Amino acid sequence: MPALPLETAGTYVAAAYVVFLALVVIYVAIIGRKVGRLERELSELDELTRDRER
Amino acid sequence: MYGRALAPLALATAAASAVAFGLIFFYAPLDADQGFIQKIFYLHVPMAIVALLGFLAGGVMAAMHLRTRDRVWDMRSYVAIHLSIILGLGVLVTGSIWAKASWGHWWVWDEPMLVSFLIVFLLYAVYQPLRFSIDDPGRQARYASVFAIAGAAFTVLNFIAVRMAAAYTHPRVFSQTGGNMPADMFITFLVSLGAMALLFATLWTLELASKNAAERLRRVRRRLEREAEHTEPGERLTRPAPIRPAPAPR
Amino acid sequence: MVATALAILRKDLRVELRAREAVPAMALFTVTAFVLFHFGFDRDRLDGDVAAGTLWVTLLLATVLGVNRLYAAEREQGGLEAMLLAPIDRTAIFLAKAAALLLYLVALELVAVPAFGLLLLGPDLIGPLPELCALLLVADIGLAATGALVGALAAETRARELIGPLLLLPLVVPLAIAGAQATEPLFTAPGVGEDLGRWLALMGLYATIFVLLSVALFDFLLED
Repeated sequence: MPALPLETAGTYVAAAYVVFLALVVIYVAIIGRKVGRLERELSELDELTRDRER
Repeated sequence: MYGRALAPLALATAAASAVAFGLIFFYAPLDADQGFIQKIFYLHVPMAIVALLGFLAGGVMAAMHLRTRDRVWDMRSYVAIHLSIILGLGVLVTGSIWAKASWGHWWVWDEPMLVSFLIVFLLYAVYQPLRFSIDDPGRQARYASVFAIAGAAFTVLNFIAVRMAAAYTHPRVFSQTGGNMPADMFITFLVSLGAMALLFATLWTLELASKNAAERLRRVRRRLEREAEHTEPGERLTRPAPIRPAPAPR
Repeated sequence: MVATALAILRKDLRVELRAREAVPAMALFTVTAFVLFHFGFDRDRLDGDVAAGTLWVTLLLATVLGVNRLYAAEREQGGLEAMLLAPIDRTAIFLAKAAALLLYLVALELVAVPAFGLLLLGPDLIGPLPELCALLLVADIGLAATGALVGALAAETRARELIGPLLLLPLVVPLAIAGAQATEPLFTAPGVGEDLGRWLALMGLYATIFVLLSVALFDFLLED
């Protein structure tokens, strides 16, 4: 198949790179959510231990 | 432990990626046959190579786990495999896009790399279901390690087999130039590969840092609970845990 | 250790002979699959690559049934724990299971291959039979090792009827590739083998790797 003209080729190339970027971003977002949960648990423990000290 | 490595890794990844993008779009020559479409090559092939190495690394780490019985290795193996599965998905999607652009079909059977990846992906897709269906954490880790080692060996065998089969059907390979790539394409490819590998290392470290922190937090919580039992029985430091499938092996 | 393996093997075979579950089920499955393929393809006779593929894929799917039954007896009667209490080398258990599976497969093929020749195969079966048997035998060794390992992996999981096949089928793709590619010229009149050496080599490599790997890894599956 002869090479696609630049405009249509550009769409495909862009699509591929966007897919890649999306995967990375979604992954980081999921890790971010886990970290958020960690932070919440930490502040919980923080409060509870502070209560016990009082 | 892992957090300190993150900053330099992330910076290195950013730098390498920037250089790679620059090279891909402004330095590497336009392919004579495929035209602009060939630029996907610099994304698809490094992803495939890094994913493959990730599966192999997962197998090696699993072997370390079985040898040392230290669960840290199991965690490392899990994250490596988990990341490689995601990359593998990316390989299949970008490969499909490339196939559509190059040959008009969303899937081709005579591209050995793509076909091999489909099979490997189908195998590793069972990795997490396998883990989650074993409740005992020690056994879960052991069984996962056995799987990871067998899977790594299989991945190599599978590539050999698919390649041998393809040799009979005049395969069309994504890279027309194949072995003798012009130097500027090759340099671009190497930099892209390096950037992808650095990205993998960064994400791996990131996820491990998060998992490690969660594990240690759990330990602290348990320790506090035990102390609370001694000082004031009835005081609760934990809300009842919601029922949901474990997001990670412990 | 060989003595122990043989003892376990003998027990397994005796159970199988008395219950007659695994092999008849596999054979029945295979023949029924052939009937399905007849209707699926809407063809009376197959040859060449379609015939080769049909035979190999059906045999591989039937193996899944066999693997399922391999550890069933132990699971149902708590026999696996009992065996573990005795000071047996875990490897002996694996060898016995793999050998049992190998024998099941050979028994299956004694029925399935003639059935295939009778029901679906167009060209002559007798001519290429020696080559076909060699291919099947080498493939069976690899299948037996992989099947015994996967069976043990799946045995302790909650969804073992699902996990077992999902694990086994991708793992045996190289055997499917080699088997189908090697058998295609055998099922094309005049039925002379081409490049058999390289496909046998691939299957041999697969068998070697998976036998060694399974023997090394099996220990880790059964400890507690």
